[in-house]
Amino acid sequence: MKQIWIITKRELQAIFDSLMAYIMIVVFLGFSGFFTWLYGSDVFLNNQADLGSFFGIAYWTLFFFIPALTMRQIAEEHKTGTLEMLLTKPISEWQVLWGKFLAILLLIGIALLMTTPYYITIWSLGHIDHGEVWSGYIGLLLFSGAYISIGIFASSITNNQIVAFLLSLFIGIFFHILFGMIASAFSGTLGEVFQYLSLSTHYDSITRGVVDSKDIIYFLTIIFLGIISAEAVLVKRSIN
Amino acid sequence: MEIVVDKITKIYGRQKAVDNLSFRVRPGEILGFLGPNGAGKTTTMKAITCYLSPNSGDIKVGGISVWDNPYEIKKLIGYLPENNPLYQDMSVIDYLKFVAEIQGVPKTEVEGRISEMVRVCDLHGEKHKKIRELSKGYKQRVGLAQALINDPEVLILDEPTTGLDPNQIVEIRELIKTIGREKTVILSSHILAEVEATCDRILIINKGKIVADGTAGELRKQARGNEILKVRISGAERNKAFEEIKALPTVDWVDLPEDGTDLYEIHSKADNNSAKAIFDMCVNNGWFISELTPIETKLEDVFREVTKN
Repeated sequence: MKQIWIITKRELQAIFDSLMAYIMIVVFLGFSGFFTWLYGSDVFLNNQADLGSFFGIAYWTLFFFIPALTMRQIAEEHKTGTLEMLLTKPISEWQVLWGKFLAILLLIGIALLMTTPYYITIWSLGHIDHGEVWSGYIGLLLFSGAYISIGIFASSITNNQIVAFLLSLFIGIFFHILFGMIASAFSGTLGEVFQYLSLSTHYDSITRGVVDSKDIIYFLTIIFLGIISAEAVLVKRSIN
Repeated sequence: MEIVVDKITKIYGRQKAVDNLSFRVRPGEILGFLGPNGAGKTTTMKAITCYLSPNSGDIKVGGISVWDNPYEIKKLIGYLPENNPLYQDMSVIDYLKFVAEIQGVPKTEVEGRISEMVRVCDLHGEKHKKIRELSKGYKQRVGLAQALINDPEVLILDEPTTGLDPNQIVEIRELIKTIGREKTVILSSHILAEVEATCDRILIINKGKIVADGTAGELRKQARGNEILKVRISGAERNKAFEEIKALPTVDWVDLPEDGTDLYEIHSKADNNSAKAIFDMCVNNGWFISELTPIETKLEDVFREVTKN
């Protein structure tokens, strides 16, 4: 655990030392603010005191932002050789990967924390369902975790950042919309299977305020599968 | 702490990078690892540091096998990888702190170890700079500092002096020698003079196999074969001296000197030493020796001989 935290600390330091963190937070807040308050099916159009439109927008912005944050994680370490430096220290692949995962998750957490003014503003506008908001944020964090894990896996199999970015978008798009589309084309068991695989199903039910253990298990499974696969890739590298 | 490499083989695709390689390094020994490019030096070092797993064979560091407990081995080893990878965006101090933490240096000692490393590697003026801004020589020192930060029992250095200027090279060599008194050190290098100056023992590998093993002196003797002396004899007529030398029982053959140089290159017979016979001959004839130099086989020659195909 200590080793994981050392990696997380360094990663966060690197992210905040570069402009990346600030750009990411500003753009994220800009986008989500614009579409929540000003444009499209915004809060005033819906005429309801909830954060539904924000959660809908965050679902898309984070989908693009997370791969941009994760793409360099392992790819760059491998390219510059620092991965060798790291893995010849008393630390396991597993710890390195979780350390990086946690760093990005914390960054997303900070970005989400900065959206609390939205929450407070809407609260002042009308009657708001606090439970729904909280479960929405939990949903966003779980959803981010799933994509971070996919992104880290994509970053581990290549040492080219752009390839890692595109690959994580490619894997992500299946969970994001394709499984849902496929599900609607099939009926019966097959349809249900794809419906279960579709990330939006679980995300929607959480942001509606229903925190079901089934949904949490779904997200945690993706998170662990991503990190386990990335670990397998790194371990295989040392065997080959 | 002893390092035992036991019959390791590492195959990349169809090529054997390391082929059934075995050797031992004793505590307090500095082992120089020589070999042409692609001989398997780096691969062997990566295997010892648990970055790569060999296809077969075993490596034990201080009695611990890489197969059983790589985690413990990594704690014992300070490693400077080839090309010296560093986090370019970190400052020297932050980087050393990061490595110290990850190496498990106790919290109370971290500060002390860092200032010790800054002193030993002479990084004082650069410690707050970002690593990206440093010159190659300073980067190399940072690489060495991170390898030494936890005062490791075993030090593995892959080409430690690349990019350093001659003064720094001497300093780093001295540093390695000092460390080598108590610790086990393996270093690889392309610079033969460096290996000779720093190492107690030299291991030359080629195509993944050991082709020579011993001290610099032993290797030279092994490659030299018969004694060669360069002798300048004054006060003698050229042909007469030539005939006399040729007649000496210990001399195999001799080169006739060029005009006016009086410099004879005398090759002794196997396991014979001609110096005394030459001296006596000169005394008997009333000549005198103005120069006598044994021709040393250079380590370069040894290297070329054992690694040529």
